[in-house]
Amino acid sequence: MLAKSPEKEPAAGGVRADAALETRAVLSLAGITKSFPGVKALSGVALDLYPGQVTALIGENGAGKSTIVKILTGIYQPDEGEIRVDGETVQFPTAEAAARYGVTAIHQETVLFEELTVAENIFIGHAPKTRFGLIDRKQMLRSARSLLERIGAKIDPSVPLKDLGIANRHLVAIARALSIDARVVIMDEPTASLSHKEIEETYELVDRLKAEGKAILFISHKFDEIFRVADRYTVFRDGELVGSGLMQGVDEGQLVKLMVGRPVDQVFPKRTPNLGDEVLKVAGYAHPSEFEDINFSLRSGEILGFYGLVGAGRSEFMQALFGITKPSKGAIRIDGEIAVIRTPNEAIGKGIVYVPEDRGKQGAVKGLPIFQNVTLPSLGQVSSRGFLKMAEEFKLARDYTQRLDLRAAALDQDIGELSGGNQQKVIIAKWLATKPRVIILDEPTKGIDIGSKAAVHDFMAELAGEGLAVILVSSEIPEVLGMSDRVIVMREGRIAAEFEGEGLTPENLVRAAAGIEEARP
Amino acid sequence: MTSVAQTQASDQIPQGRQIPDRLRTPMQRALASWETLLLVVFALVFCINSFASPYFLDPWNLSDATFNFTEKAMIAFAMALLIISGEIDLSVASIIALASTAMGLAVQMGADTPALVGIGLLTGLLCGAVNGALITGLGLPSIVVTIGTMSLFRGISYIVLGDKAFTGYPDSFSWFGQGYVWWVFSFELVLFCLLAVAFGILLHATAFGRSVYAIGNNDVAALFSGIRVPRIKFGLFLLTGLMSGLAAVCLTSRLGATRPSIASGMELEVVTMVVLGGVNILGGSGSIAGVVIAALVMGLVTFGFGLLNVPGIVMSIFIGILLIAVIALPRLARRFFPRRAAS
Repeated sequence: MLAKSPEKEPAAGGVRADAALETRAVLSLAGITKSFPGVKALSGVALDLYPGQVTALIGENGAGKSTIVKILTGIYQPDEGEIRVDGETVQFPTAEAAARYGVTAIHQETVLFEELTVAENIFIGHAPKTRFGLIDRKQMLRSARSLLERIGAKIDPSVPLKDLGIANRHLVAIARALSIDARVVIMDEPTASLSHKEIEETYELVDRLKAEGKAILFISHKFDEIFRVADRYTVFRDGELVGSGLMQGVDEGQLVKLMVGRPVDQVFPKRTPNLGDEVLKVAGYAHPSEFEDINFSLRSGEILGFYGLVGAGRSEFMQALFGITKPSKGAIRIDGEIAVIRTPNEAIGKGIVYVPEDRGKQGAVKGLPIFQNVTLPSLGQVSSRGFLKMAEEFKLARDYTQRLDLRAAALDQDIGELSGGNQQKVIIAKWLATKPRVIILDEPTKGIDIGSKAAVHDFMAELAGEGLAVILVSSEIPEVLGMSDRVIVMREGRIAAEFEGEGLTPENLVRAAAGIEEARP
Repeated sequence: MTSVAQTQASDQIPQGRQIPDRLRTPMQRALASWETLLLVVFALVFCINSFASPYFLDPWNLSDATFNFTEKAMIAFAMALLIISGEIDLSVASIIALASTAMGLAVQMGADTPALVGIGLLTGLLCGAVNGALITGLGLPSIVVTIGTMSLFRGISYIVLGDKAFTGYPDSFSWFGQGYVWWVFSFELVLFCLLAVAFGILLHATAFGRSVYAIGNNDVAALFSGIRVPRIKFGLFLLTGLMSGLAAVCLTSRLGATRPSIASGMELEVVTMVVLGGVNILGGSGSIAGVVIAALVMGLVTFGFGLLNVPGIVMSIFIGILLIAVIALPRLARRFFPRRAAS
């Protein structure tokens, strides 16, 4: 799919879009309102999905996208408004009811069953039966195989799901959607954690589903992909519908403006690096299976980018630096002195902190309020002789969350109730409160909205300006190039190349990451 | 509240908007809490009891009734912390048996009262260390390990004692289980009150307690936040062992004898007390106040049934129903009065 098909796409899409003006929506929502205690998540929004078309749902985190998905799949009940399928008013009191009307969702973290086989995952709940009412395994395998072929997936339906990577799991989820004869497919950030090639394959799949006449709701934060796959757009802002229409005739700037209600400077913050002394030096770091021979040094005020494909060992190395996994070899020096880091606690003590990629599992302690999440690594700071001082806890949390422009109802609100971007702000605030020397940000803007993304970028620049040494692990080329003073590219657990100044070009990074030896003149 | 510089233009991102500290006051929070519900249950049981029997409202009778829960509650306090952290210890009753047996052996060798107490506590601590080392050192699941040590510890008591019993504890030793500090206030009751306060402070007002909650809600993120997760879990198993040793001292002193079947089945009553007290069995939330009230409720129910000559088996049926009812209530309430759709 790296061929020139995008050339042909607009024409084909155009014809279909024109035809669509007459087609009736399979599913439409009108006047949907949904409130939670203290927040109005949606107020009077409408959404129409047409057969054979992709509608992109765009909005910042907290704009109400997840809520509408949950209403569409029967998990939430709207307070007001109606859902119409083929023009008839219906209700989705349960997830099962939504499925009966052919609505299916492929979530960010799709719920599948690790221990079951691919075929069982596809047919769970509606497996083909034999005469005796038992599951007809042969038939199930056959059908699974043909479904997988239909979407162009090369997956053996008899292997357990846990043996598959994330991209293939998505395909299984899509096969499952097809198996229940879905008419409406909701794809919630389907490419969020995929590599380049896998993303391309996902786009092909969307085209294929379109050709089969499915109505697709496509939720994404990435504008290039919205323009690549979508026929229509619907924009939400703060729970309200602010615009919708055909993709033809809008450009990125217009959509961004609708989304944030203000023009956003897409340019990365300009700064003149103010490099200080060497803070961190890593020599010969190695791990039996994940990475080998990592050497680099980092100066205060510097932003050092780490680029690489998924699985290049970047996160694993960073976690070793933070004391989560143990390196088998190597040494680190902080301010010129040998430092031994065996636990995260020791890393924090030495001034190294880590903002993990997996925010939900490794970052936020859901169930604890915002202020307690902020003070968690600084409990010594807000207590005396082990006794916590509530007022100081609130003060610390207030100071640092305010600096990051956190949006929340109150500091004693559960962090789990915040949007992804705001959770990330809390996690960054938590680390700043420890006054670190080196901050490692692992995919810090993954899955967060444009507004929060710009805030994180600005903040990163501000921190480096204050003399913090920043390591930025990112798979987004514009981000890594736009933010870093220097970029290290990792491939298969080793440092493949290092670039700075003039060498910081997308081509160089991609070549080094993919292992293409010779750059053409 | 700190003052914040206002931005002039409305289309700019307002920097540092103010977020209030609390959405609800601590008072509002307390009123809508599990503990309040439990207090209502407690008041109900108290009223029913005082109508059911004329002997109920006698200070000495009430004082006697506290022995129904004091020993269990000592362990329940430590167990509450352990369950909040996402672990469990089912070997506590067996630790009592082993600690009591160790004290019995020491008596045969002529140990005096202070030595006996020391041996009881130390045995508890050692058992806790065995559990903690297996669970945090080898990363085994606590429910499996402590089911194993539950049989192991009591098994050792049976080997040492067979069908015999150790008696002959010194007179001064009987004070821990039978003595009174002042008027109707027994040593055990006073100890219960002191421990309730101590554990309340430990869980709710210290950095250690905060770490326990963090671990119970998300132990990976807690580790990634620099919390020394294995060390804290090990500490909690030690603490639970120590409290079981303390309960062994009190119980042995009260009974004046050690049999290998001592305290059998107590682990489930302790867990029941903790869960009835509103501690989430999956970890992450709960309070010492809840456990204290749950202990009082269970003690009152036992006492009330005792006064009415209701057999013990009916008692356990009632406690079982109470447990399920109290847990089901909030969920039923949510179903019939759907205030919030999000869980």
